[in-house]
Amino acid sequence: MSRFDGKTVLVVGGAQGMGLACAERFGSEGAGLALFDIEDDALAAAAAGLRDRGRAVETISGDVSRADDVESAVARAVERFGAIDVLVHAAAVVELTPLLDFPESLWRRIVDVNLTGVFLATKAAGRVMAARGGGSIVVFASTNAFFAEESNVPYSATKGGIVMFVRNAAMDLARHGIRINAVDPGIIDTRLSAALVHDPIAGPEYLKRIPAGRYGTADDIAKVVLFLASDDAAYMTGEDVIVDGGLTLGATLGIEDLGLEGAQ
Amino acid sequence: MTDPPGRLAGKVAVVTGGGSGIGRAAAIRFAREGASVLVADIAADRAGAVAGEIAGDGGRAGAMAVDVSDPAQVEAMAARAGGEFGGIDVLMTAAGVLSFGSVTETDPQAWNRVIGINLTGTFLAARAVIPAMARRGGGAIVTVSSSTGAHDASPGNVAYVASKGGVAMLTKAMAVDHAPQGIRVNAIAPGPTATPMLGSVMTEDEMRRFGEAMPIGRLAQPAELAAAAAFLASDDASYVTGAVFAVDGGQTAKVGMTLADLGTIARQA
Repeated sequence: MSRFDGKTVLVVGGAQGMGLACAERFGSEGAGLALFDIEDDALAAAAAGLRDRGRAVETISGDVSRADDVESAVARAVERFGAIDVLVHAAAVVELTPLLDFPESLWRRIVDVNLTGVFLATKAAGRVMAARGGGSIVVFASTNAFFAEESNVPYSATKGGIVMFVRNAAMDLARHGIRINAVDPGIIDTRLSAALVHDPIAGPEYLKRIPAGRYGTADDIAKVVLFLASDDAAYMTGEDVIVDGGLTLGATLGIEDLGLEGAQ
Repeated sequence: MTDPPGRLAGKVAVVTGGGSGIGRAAAIRFAREGASVLVADIAADRAGAVAGEIAGDGGRAGAMAVDVSDPAQVEAMAARAGGEFGGIDVLMTAAGVLSFGSVTETDPQAWNRVIGINLTGTFLAARAVIPAMARRGGGAIVTVSSSTGAHDASPGNVAYVASKGGVAMLTKAMAVDHAPQGIRVNAIAPGPTATPMLGSVMTEDEMRRFGEAMPIGRLAQPAELAAAAAFLASDDASYVTGAVFAVDGGQTAKVGMTLADLGTIARQA
Protein backbone atom coordinates (compact mmCIF):
# COMPACT_ATOMS: atom_id res chain seq x y z
CA MET A 1 0.00 0.00 0.00
CA SER A 2 1.73 3.14 -1.18
CA ARG A 3 0.60 6.69 -0.69
CA PHE A 4 1.63 7.84 -4.16
CA ASP A 5 0.74 4.94 -6.44
CA GLY A 6 -0.21 6.32 -9.82
CA LYS A 7 0.64 9.90 -8.84
CA THR A 8 3.03 12.20 -10.63
CA VAL A 9 5.52 14.32 -8.75
CA LEU A 10 7.45 17.20 -10.29
CA VAL A 11 10.61 17.94 -8.29
CA VAL A 12 12.27 21.25 -9.06
CA GLY A 13 15.91 20.92 -8.07
CA GLY A 14 15.52 17.15 -8.03
CA ALA A 15 19.01 16.16 -9.16
CA GLN A 16 20.73 16.19 -5.79
CA GLY A 17 20.54 16.78 -2.06
CA MET A 18 17.13 17.09 -0.45
CA GLY A 19 15.31 17.29 -3.80
CA LEU A 20 16.79 13.96 -4.86
CA ALA A 21 16.03 12.44 -1.44
CA CYS A 22 12.39 13.43 -2.01
CA ALA A 23 12.43 11.86 -5.48
CA GLU A 24 13.84 8.64 -4.00
CA ARG A 25 11.06 8.46 -1.40
CA PHE A 26 8.25 9.39 -3.81
CA GLY A 27 9.58 6.78 -6.25
CA SER A 28 9.67 4.10 -3.58
CA GLU A 29 6.03 4.91 -2.77
CA GLY A 30 4.88 4.46 -6.33
CA ALA A 31 5.04 7.91 -7.94
CA GLY A 32 6.12 8.78 -11.46
CA LEU A 33 8.94 11.31 -11.27
CA ALA A 34 9.61 14.42 -13.33
CA LEU A 35 12.95 15.88 -12.29
CA PHE A 36 13.74 19.45 -13.25
CA ASP A 37 17.24 20.77 -12.63
CA ILE A 38 19.82 23.12 -14.07
CA GLU A 39 22.75 20.72 -13.61
CA ASP A 40 22.66 18.30 -16.54
CA ASP A 41 25.27 15.85 -15.31
CA ALA A 42 23.76 15.53 -11.86
CA LEU A 43 20.32 15.19 -13.43
CA ALA A 44 21.44 12.35 -15.70
CA ALA A 45 23.15 10.56 -12.80
CA ALA A 46 20.10 10.94 -10.55
CA ALA A 47 17.76 9.63 -13.24
CA ALA A 48 20.02 6.68 -13.99
CA GLY A 49 20.11 5.70 -10.32
CA LEU A 50 16.34 5.95 -9.99
CA ARG A 51 15.70 3.99 -13.17
CA ASP A 52 18.04 1.25 -11.90
CA ARG A 53 15.59 0.88 -9.03
CA GLY A 54 12.68 0.61 -11.45
CA ARG A 55 11.30 4.15 -11.18
CA ALA A 56 9.56 5.95 -14.03
CA VAL A 57 11.60 9.11 -14.55
CA GLU A 58 11.39 12.06 -16.92
CA THR A 59 14.22 14.58 -16.79
CA ILE A 60 13.91 18.20 -17.81
CA SER A 61 16.94 20.42 -17.93
CA GLY A 62 16.36 24.11 -17.32
CA ASP A 63 16.52 27.21 -15.15
CA VAL A 64 13.68 27.69 -12.67
CA SER A 65 14.07 31.46 -12.81
CA ARG A 66 13.05 31.41 -16.49
CA ALA A 67 9.31 31.21 -17.13
CA ASP A 68 9.77 29.43 -20.47
CA ASP A 69 11.86 26.69 -18.89
CA VAL A 70 9.35 26.19 -16.10
CA GLU A 71 6.41 26.06 -18.52
CA SER A 72 8.15 23.45 -20.63
CA ALA A 73 9.05 21.39 -17.55
CA VAL A 74 5.39 21.32 -16.54
CA ALA A 75 4.33 20.52 -20.11
CA ARG A 76 6.85 17.67 -20.32
CA ALA A 77 5.68 16.18 -17.04
CA VAL A 78 2.05 16.28 -18.20
CA GLU A 79 2.97 14.87 -21.61
CA ARG A 80 4.79 11.93 -20.04
CA PHE A 81 2.52 11.16 -17.08
CA GLY A 82 -0.79 12.86 -17.93
CA ALA A 83 -0.91 15.04 -14.82
CA ILE A 84 0.95 16.65 -11.96
CA ASP A 85 -0.36 15.69 -8.54
CA VAL A 86 2.50 16.99 -6.44
CA LEU A 87 5.00 19.80 -6.94
CA VAL A 88 8.10 19.91 -4.77
CA HIS A 89 10.25 22.99 -5.08
CA ALA A 90 13.72 22.37 -3.67
CA ALA A 91 15.91 24.48 -5.96
CA ALA A 92 17.92 27.14 -4.20
CA VAL A 93 21.25 28.92 -4.33
CA VAL A 94 23.20 30.35 -1.43
CA GLU A 95 26.24 32.59 -1.14
CA LEU A 96 27.85 33.59 2.15
CA THR A 97 29.22 37.12 1.83
CA PRO A 98 28.88 40.09 4.20
CA LEU A 99 26.09 42.42 3.16
CA LEU A 100 28.27 45.47 2.47
CA ASP A 101 30.31 43.45 -0.03
CA PHE A 102 27.41 41.54 -1.59
CA PRO A 103 27.36 41.94 -5.39
CA GLU A 104 24.02 43.13 -6.74
CA SER A 105 24.11 40.63 -9.57
CA LEU A 106 24.37 37.78 -7.09
CA TRP A 107 21.52 39.20 -5.00
CA ARG A 108 19.35 39.22 -8.12
CA ARG A 109 20.34 35.66 -9.01
CA ILE A 110 19.45 34.39 -5.52
CA VAL A 111 16.09 36.17 -5.51
CA ASP A 112 15.38 34.95 -9.06
CA VAL A 113 16.05 31.30 -8.30
CA ASN A 114 14.87 31.00 -4.70
CA LEU A 115 11.80 33.23 -4.73
CA THR A 116 10.76 33.95 -8.30
CA GLY A 117 11.37 30.30 -9.08
CA VAL A 118 8.78 29.34 -6.47
CA PHE A 119 6.30 31.78 -7.99
CA LEU A 120 6.84 30.49 -11.52
CA ALA A 121 6.69 26.81 -10.61
CA THR A 122 3.66 27.23 -8.33
CA LYS A 123 1.82 29.17 -11.01
CA ALA A 124 2.59 26.79 -13.86
CA ALA A 125 2.00 23.55 -11.94
CA GLY A 126 -0.90 25.10 -10.02
CA ARG A 127 -2.79 25.78 -13.25
CA VAL A 128 -2.46 22.14 -14.27
CA MET A 129 -3.58 21.01 -10.81
CA ALA A 130 -6.53 23.43 -10.75
CA ALA A 131 -7.76 22.12 -14.08
CA ARG A 132 -7.88 18.61 -12.60
CA GLY A 133 -9.47 19.65 -9.33
CA GLY A 134 -6.52 19.74 -6.98
CA GLY A 135 -3.04 18.82 -5.89
CA SER A 136 -0.41 19.43 -3.30
CA ILE A 137 2.63 21.69 -3.32
CA VAL A 138 5.59 21.59 -0.94
CA VAL A 139 8.14 24.37 -1.07
CA PHE A 140 11.52 24.44 0.62
CA ALA A 141 11.87 27.40 2.94
CA SER A 142 14.48 27.19 5.71
CA THR A 143 15.01 27.96 9.37
CA ASN A 144 16.74 30.99 7.83
CA ALA A 145 13.23 32.28 7.16
CA PHE A 146 13.15 33.45 10.78
CA PHE A 147 16.61 32.63 12.19
CA ALA A 148 19.27 35.09 11.12
CA GLU A 149 22.79 34.12 10.22
CA GLU A 150 25.86 36.20 9.44
CA SER A 151 26.70 36.91 5.81
CA ASN A 152 23.56 35.22 4.55
CA VAL A 153 21.19 38.14 3.96
CA PRO A 154 19.87 37.36 0.45
CA TYR A 155 19.26 33.67 1.11
CA SER A 156 17.46 34.38 4.39
CA ALA A 157 15.40 37.15 2.79
CA THR A 158 14.21 34.81 0.04
CA LYS A 159 13.36 32.07 2.53
CA GLY A 160 11.38 34.51 4.68
CA GLY A 161 9.62 35.56 1.50
CA ILE A 162 8.78 31.96 0.71
CA VAL A 163 7.01 31.49 4.04
CA MET A 164 4.75 34.44 3.35
CA PHE A 165 4.33 33.39 -0.28
CA VAL A 166 3.09 30.03 0.92
CA ARG A 167 0.60 31.53 3.35
CA ASN A 168 -0.87 33.84 0.76
CA ALA A 169 -0.83 31.23 -1.98
CA ALA A 170 -2.68 28.84 0.35
CA MET A 171 -5.58 31.27 0.42
CA ASP A 172 -5.67 31.69 -3.34
CA LEU A 173 -5.26 27.99 -4.09
CA ALA A 174 -7.63 26.51 -1.50
CA ARG A 175 -10.67 27.09 -3.70
CA HIS A 176 -8.98 25.00 -6.39
CA GLY A 177 -8.39 22.07 -4.05
CA ILE A 178 -4.68 22.75 -3.93
CA ARG A 179 -2.79 22.70 -0.64
CA ILE A 180 0.58 24.41 -0.33
CA ASN A 181 2.96 24.11 2.60
CA ALA A 182 6.64 24.72 3.29
CA VAL A 183 9.36 22.84 5.12
CA ASP A 184 12.00 24.71 7.10
CA PRO A 185 15.08 22.48 7.18
CA GLY A 186 17.72 23.33 9.78
CA ILE A 187 21.33 22.35 9.15
CA ILE A 188 21.17 19.36 6.85
CA ASP A 189 24.15 17.36 5.66
CA THR A 190 24.04 18.27 1.96
CA ARG A 191 26.37 20.03 -0.44
CA LEU A 192 24.96 23.44 0.56
CA SER A 193 26.07 22.98 4.19
CA ALA A 194 29.09 20.72 3.68
CA ALA A 195 31.57 23.50 4.46
CA LEU A 196 30.11 23.76 7.96
CA VAL A 197 29.03 20.21 8.69
CA HIS A 198 32.32 18.59 7.69
CA ASP A 199 34.68 21.25 8.99
CA PRO A 200 36.87 19.56 11.63
CA ILE A 201 36.49 22.43 14.11
CA ALA A 202 33.24 24.23 13.21
CA GLY A 203 31.31 21.01 12.53
CA PRO A 204 31.45 19.56 16.07
CA GLU A 205 31.27 23.04 17.63
CA TYR A 206 28.04 24.06 15.86
CA LEU A 207 26.53 20.70 16.72
CA LYS A 208 26.41 21.81 20.36
CA ARG A 209 23.56 24.12 19.36
CA ILE A 210 21.36 21.29 18.10
CA PRO A 211 19.37 19.58 20.88
CA ALA A 212 18.96 16.42 18.80
CA GLY A 213 22.75 16.06 18.81
CA ARG A 214 23.16 15.45 15.10
CA TYR A 215 22.89 17.22 11.77
CA GLY A 216 19.86 16.38 9.68
CA THR A 217 19.95 14.05 6.73
CA ALA A 218 18.30 14.73 3.39
CA ASP A 219 16.02 11.78 4.12
CA ASP A 220 14.88 13.37 7.42
CA ILE A 221 13.48 16.17 5.30
CA ALA A 222 12.10 13.96 2.54
CA LYS A 223 9.97 12.05 5.05
CA VAL A 224 8.33 15.30 6.13
CA VAL A 225 7.82 16.44 2.54
CA LEU A 226 6.02 13.19 1.72
CA PHE A 227 3.76 13.61 4.74
CA LEU A 228 2.83 17.15 3.68
CA ALA A 229 2.23 16.00 0.11
CA SER A 230 0.05 13.08 1.22
CA ASP A 231 -3.61 12.94 2.20
CA ASP A 232 -2.47 12.56 5.81
CA ALA A 233 -1.99 16.33 5.71
CA ALA A 234 -5.37 16.96 4.09
CA TYR A 235 -6.26 19.80 6.46
CA MET A 236 -2.82 21.46 6.46
CA THR A 237 -2.29 24.41 4.17
CA GLY A 238 -0.28 27.62 4.41
CA GLU A 239 1.89 26.10 7.12
CA ASP A 240 5.67 25.96 7.35
CA VAL A 241 7.02 22.98 9.23
CA ILE A 242 10.31 23.29 11.09
CA VAL A 243 12.60 20.24 10.76
CA ASP A 244 15.75 21.19 12.60
CA GLY A 245 16.35 18.79 15.49
CA GLY A 246 15.47 21.67 17.80
CA LEU A 247 18.14 24.11 16.49
CA THR A 248 15.90 27.18 16.55
CA LEU A 249 13.89 26.48 19.69
CA GLY A 250 15.57 29.01 21.87
CA ALA A 251 18.63 29.97 23.85
CA THR A 252 21.61 27.83 22.98
CA LEU A 253 23.53 28.47 26.19
CA GLY A 254 22.13 26.30 28.94
CA ILE A 255 22.23 26.64 32.71
CA GLU A 256 24.89 23.93 32.75
CA ASP A 257 27.05 25.77 30.19
CA LEU A 258 27.02 28.82 32.43
CA GLY A 259 27.98 26.80 35.49
CA LEU A 260 24.87 27.97 37.33
CA GLU A 261 23.77 24.51 38.36
CA GLY A 262 26.81 24.09 40.59
CA ALA A 263 26.24 27.50 42.16
CA GLN A 264 22.77 26.62 43.40
CA MET B 1 -6.10 4.14 2.29
CA THR B 2 -3.38 6.55 3.09
CA ASP B 3 -1.82 5.21 6.25
CA PRO B 4 1.41 3.33 5.73
CA PRO B 5 0.94 0.20 7.84
CA GLY B 6 3.09 -0.58 10.79
CA ARG B 7 4.89 2.68 11.47
CA LEU B 8 4.08 2.16 15.15
CA ALA B 9 4.35 -1.63 15.17
CA GLY B 10 5.53 -2.91 18.55
CA LYS B 11 5.15 0.51 20.16
CA VAL B 12 3.11 1.38 23.23
CA ALA B 13 1.05 4.56 23.16
CA VAL B 14 -0.82 6.37 25.91
CA VAL B 15 -3.55 8.80 24.82
CA THR B 16 -5.16 11.13 27.35
CA GLY B 17 -8.58 12.39 26.39
CA GLY B 18 -8.73 9.26 24.26
CA GLY B 19 -12.45 8.74 24.74
CA SER B 20 -13.67 11.31 22.26
CA GLY B 21 -12.79 13.76 19.51
CA ILE B 22 -9.17 14.13 18.47
CA GLY B 23 -7.89 11.80 21.23
CA ARG B 24 -10.26 9.05 20.16
CA ALA B 25 -9.24 9.40 16.52
CA ALA B 26 -5.56 9.33 17.50
CA ALA B 27 -5.98 6.22 19.65
CA ILE B 28 -7.67 4.43 16.77
CA ARG B 29 -5.08 5.61 14.26
CA PHE B 30 -2.11 4.64 16.47
CA ALA B 31 -3.62 1.18 16.93
CA ARG B 32 -4.19 0.79 13.18
CA GLU B 33 -0.51 1.58 12.68
CA GLY B 34 0.44 -1.21 15.06
CA ALA B 35 0.68 0.36 18.52
CA SER B 36 -0.77 -1.04 21.72
CA VAL B 37 -2.81 1.80 23.16
CA LEU B 38 -3.84 2.75 26.67
CA VAL B 39 -6.93 4.91 26.21
CA ALA B 40 -7.25 7.30 29.17
CA ASP B 41 -10.27 9.52 29.63
CA ILE B 42 -12.09 11.28 32.44
CA ALA B 43 -15.09 9.17 31.49
CA ALA B 44 -14.48 5.44 32.01
CA ASP B 45 -17.30 4.44 29.66
CA ARG B 46 -15.95 6.50 26.77
CA ALA B 47 -12.41 5.14 27.27
CA GLY B 48 -13.80 1.62 27.40
CA ALA B 49 -15.83 2.12 24.23
CA VAL B 50 -12.78 3.29 22.28
CA ALA B 51 -10.63 0.43 23.60
CA GLY B 52 -13.42 -1.94 22.62
CA GLU B 53 -13.56 -0.44 19.14
CA ILE B 54 -9.80 -0.95 18.76
CA ALA B 55 -9.99 -4.53 20.01
CA GLY B 56 -12.90 -5.21 17.64
CA ASP B 57 -10.66 -3.98 14.83
CA GLY B 58 -8.01 -6.53 15.81
CA GLY B 59 -5.86 -4.07 17.76
CA ARG B 60 -4.58 -4.13 21.31
CA ALA B 61 -5.89 -1.59 23.80
CA GLY B 62 -6.64 -0.96 27.45
CA ALA B 63 -8.93 1.62 28.99
CA MET B 64 -8.59 3.67 32.14
CA ALA B 65 -10.45 6.50 33.84
CA VAL B 66 -7.96 9.31 34.45
CA ASP B 67 -8.36 12.90 35.57
CA VAL B 68 -5.22 14.43 34.08
CA SER B 69 -5.24 17.27 36.59
CA ASP B 70 -4.64 14.77 39.43
CA PRO B 71 -0.95 13.79 39.79
CA ALA B 72 -1.71 10.47 41.49
CA GLN B 73 -4.09 9.35 38.75
CA VAL B 74 -1.61 10.34 36.05
CA GLU B 75 1.21 8.42 37.75
CA ALA B 76 -1.10 5.40 37.98
CA MET B 77 -1.78 5.74 34.25
CA ALA B 78 1.93 5.59 33.43
CA ALA B 79 2.42 2.64 35.78
CA ARG B 80 -0.49 0.80 34.20
CA ALA B 81 0.86 1.28 30.66
CA GLY B 82 4.29 0.10 31.76
CA GLY B 83 2.88 -2.89 33.59
CA GLU B 84 0.36 -3.98 31.00
CA PHE B 85 2.33 -3.30 27.81
CA GLY B 86 5.94 -3.34 29.03
CA GLY B 87 6.90 0.30 28.46
CA ILE B 88 5.84 3.57 26.86
CA ASP B 89 7.00 4.88 23.49
CA VAL B 90 4.35 7.44 22.57
CA LEU B 91 2.31 9.86 24.65
CA MET B 92 -0.46 11.97 23.18
CA THR B 93 -2.04 14.54 25.50
CA ALA B 94 -5.43 15.21 23.99
CA ALA B 95 -7.40 15.79 27.19
CA GLY B 96 -8.70 19.34 27.11
CA VAL B 97 -11.60 21.56 27.95
CA LEU B 98 -12.95 24.69 26.34
CA SER B 99 -13.97 27.81 28.22
CA PHE B 100 -15.30 31.24 27.46
CA GLY B 101 -14.93 34.63 29.02
CA SER B 102 -12.60 37.62 29.12
CA VAL B 103 -10.32 38.13 32.11
CA THR B 104 -12.98 40.06 34.00
CA GLU B 105 -15.60 37.43 33.18
CA THR B 106 -13.49 34.45 34.27
CA ASP B 107 -13.56 33.55 37.94
CA PRO B 108 -10.37 32.06 39.44
CA GLN B 109 -11.98 28.67 39.91
CA ALA B 110 -12.85 28.40 36.21
CA TRP B 111 -9.37 29.63 35.28
CA ASN B 112 -7.71 27.04 37.51
CA ARG B 113 -9.84 24.25 36.07
CA VAL B 114 -8.89 25.05 32.47
CA ILE B 115 -5.19 25.55 33.26
CA GLY B 116 -5.27 22.44 35.47
CA ILE B 117 -6.56 20.18 32.72
CA ASN B 118 -5.08 21.69 29.56
CA LEU B 119 -1.67 22.85 30.76
CA THR B 120 -0.92 21.13 34.08
CA GLY B 121 -2.48 17.94 32.70
CA THR B 122 0.04 18.01 29.84
CA PHE B 123 2.89 18.66 32.28
CA LEU B 124 1.81 15.84 34.59
CA ALA B 125 1.42 13.29 31.81
CA ALA B 126 4.81 14.14 30.31
CA ARG B 127 6.39 14.05 33.76
CA ALA B 128 4.93 10.62 34.42
CA VAL B 129 6.01 8.97 31.15
CA ILE B 130 9.39 10.55 30.35
CA PRO B 131 11.39 8.33 32.76
CA ALA B 132 9.89 5.23 31.13
CA MET B 133 10.66 6.58 27.66
CA ALA B 134 14.20 7.45 28.64
CA ARG B 135 14.75 3.91 29.92
CA ARG B 136 13.78 2.60 26.47
CA GLY B 137 16.22 4.96 24.78
CA GLY B 138 13.66 7.45 23.53
CA GLY B 139 10.10 8.17 22.58
CA ALA B 140 7.73 10.71 21.11
CA ILE B 141 5.30 13.04 22.83
CA VAL B 142 2.54 14.76 20.88
CA THR B 143 0.74 17.53 22.72
CA VAL B 144 -2.38 19.35 21.61
CA SER B 145 -2.14 23.11 21.42
CA SER B 146 -4.59 25.04 19.27
CA SER B 147 -4.60 27.50 16.39
CA THR B 148 -6.15 29.73 19.04
CA GLY B 149 -3.33 29.98 21.52
CA ALA B 150 -0.33 28.80 19.54
CA HIS B 151 -0.61 31.60 17.02
CA ASP B 152 -3.54 33.89 17.65
CA ALA B 153 -5.88 34.98 20.37
CA SER B 154 -9.61 34.76 19.87
CA PRO B 155 -11.96 37.04 21.77
CA GLY B 156 -13.62 36.00 25.00
CA ASN B 157 -11.52 32.89 25.44
CA VAL B 158 -8.68 33.84 27.82
CA ALA B 159 -8.22 30.73 29.95
CA TYR B 160 -8.30 28.41 26.94
CA VAL B 161 -6.00 30.62 24.87
CA ALA B 162 -3.51 30.99 27.73
CA SER B 163 -3.54 27.25 28.41
CA LYS B 164 -2.94 26.38 24.76
CA GLY B 165 -0.22 29.02 24.38
CA GLY B 166 1.35 27.48 27.46
CA VAL B 167 1.15 24.03 25.90
CA ALA B 168 3.00 25.30 22.81
CA MET B 169 5.87 26.72 24.84
CA LEU B 170 5.91 23.78 27.27
CA THR B 171 6.29 21.57 24.21
CA LYS B 172 9.33 23.50 22.99
CA ALA B 173 10.91 23.58 26.43
CA MET B 174 10.49 19.82 26.85
CA ALA B 175 11.90 19.26 23.36
CA VAL B 176 15.10 21.05 24.35
CA ASP B 177 15.43 19.32 27.71
CA HIS B 178 14.78 15.77 26.56
CA ALA B 179 16.39 15.65 23.13
CA PRO B 180 19.54 14.13 24.66
CA GLN B 181 17.39 11.22 25.89
CA GLY B 182 16.08 10.61 22.38
CA ILE B 183 12.63 11.96 23.19
CA ARG B 184 11.00 14.15 20.55
CA VAL B 185 8.24 16.50 21.70
CA ASN B 186 5.91 18.20 19.23
CA ALA B 187 2.49 19.80 19.25
CA ILE B 188 -0.38 19.79 16.87
CA ALA B 189 -2.30 23.06 16.71
CA PRO B 190 -5.74 22.14 15.42
CA GLY B 191 -8.00 24.66 13.79
CA PRO B 192 -11.74 24.25 14.29
CA THR B 193 -12.46 20.54 14.28
CA ALA B 194 -15.76 18.67 14.16
CA THR B 195 -15.50 17.24 17.67
CA PRO B 196 -18.00 16.79 20.50
CA MET B 197 -16.17 19.67 22.27
CA LEU B 198 -17.02 22.10 19.48
CA GLY B 199 -20.47 20.56 19.05
CA SER B 200 -21.21 21.25 22.71
CA VAL B 201 -20.97 24.99 22.20
CA MET B 202 -22.11 25.48 18.59
CA THR B 203 -25.18 24.65 16.59
CA GLU B 204 -24.75 22.61 13.42
CA ASP B 205 -25.40 25.72 11.36
CA GLU B 206 -22.74 27.65 13.28
CA MET B 207 -20.27 24.82 12.76
CA ARG B 208 -20.96 24.80 9.03
CA ARG B 209 -20.50 28.56 8.77
CA PHE B 210 -17.33 28.37 10.89
CA GLY B 211 -15.93 25.79 8.50
CA GLU B 212 -16.81 27.87 5.47
CA ALA B 213 -14.72 30.71 6.91
CA MET B 214 -11.57 28.57 6.65
CA PRO B 215 -9.56 28.89 3.42
CA ILE B 216 -10.12 25.15 2.88
CA GLY B 217 -13.83 25.81 3.32
CA ARG B 218 -14.71 23.25 5.98
CA LEU B 219 -13.96 22.12 9.52
CA ALA B 220 -11.25 19.53 10.15
CA GLN B 221 -12.26 15.96 10.88
CA PRO B 222 -10.67 14.41 13.99
CA ALA B 223 -9.00 11.78 11.75
CA GLU B 224 -7.09 14.55 10.00
CA LEU B 225 -5.58 15.64 13.30
CA ALA B 226 -4.87 12.01 14.14
CA ALA B 227 -2.97 11.63 10.86
CA ALA B 228 -0.70 14.52 11.78
CA ALA B 229 -0.25 13.12 15.30
CA ALA B 230 0.64 9.68 13.91
CA PHE B 231 3.22 11.28 11.65
CA LEU B 232 4.80 13.16 14.56
CA ALA B 233 4.75 10.01 16.70
CA SER B 234 6.46 7.96 13.98
CA ASP B 235 10.04 7.78 12.78
CA ASP B 236 8.95 9.70 9.68
CA ALA B 237 9.38 12.73 11.95
CA SER B 238 12.82 11.62 13.17
CA TYR B 239 14.35 15.12 12.94
CA VAL B 240 11.24 17.05 13.98
CA THR B 241 11.23 18.24 17.58
CA GLY B 242 9.78 21.32 19.25
CA ALA B 243 7.51 21.93 16.27
CA VAL B 244 3.99 23.29 16.61
CA PHE B 245 2.10 21.89 13.67
CA ALA B 246 -0.79 24.01 12.46
CA VAL B 247 -3.46 21.67 11.11
CA ASP B 248 -6.03 24.33 10.52
CA GLY B 249 -7.11 24.45 6.89
CA GLY B 250 -5.19 27.70 6.45
CA GLN B 251 -6.91 29.51 9.33
CA THR B 252 -3.75 31.09 10.71
CA ALA B 253 -2.38 31.83 7.25
CA LYS B 254 -5.10 34.39 6.65
CA VAL B 255 -6.21 37.62 8.24
CA GLY B 256 -9.73 37.77 9.64
CA MET B 257 -11.27 39.90 6.95
CA THR B 258 -10.00 39.74 3.40
CA LEU B 259 -10.12 42.08 0.45
CA ALA B 260 -12.53 39.63 -1.16
CA ASP B 261 -14.84 39.82 1.87
CA LEU B 262 -14.80 43.60 1.65
CA GLY B 263 -15.59 43.58 -2.07
CA THR B 264 -12.35 45.42 -2.86
CA ILE B 265 -11.06 42.73 -5.20
CA ALA B 266 -14.33 42.56 -7.14
CA ARG B 267 -14.35 46.35 -7.45
CA GLN B 268 -10.75 46.43 -8.70
CA ALA B 269 -11.56 43.71 -11.23
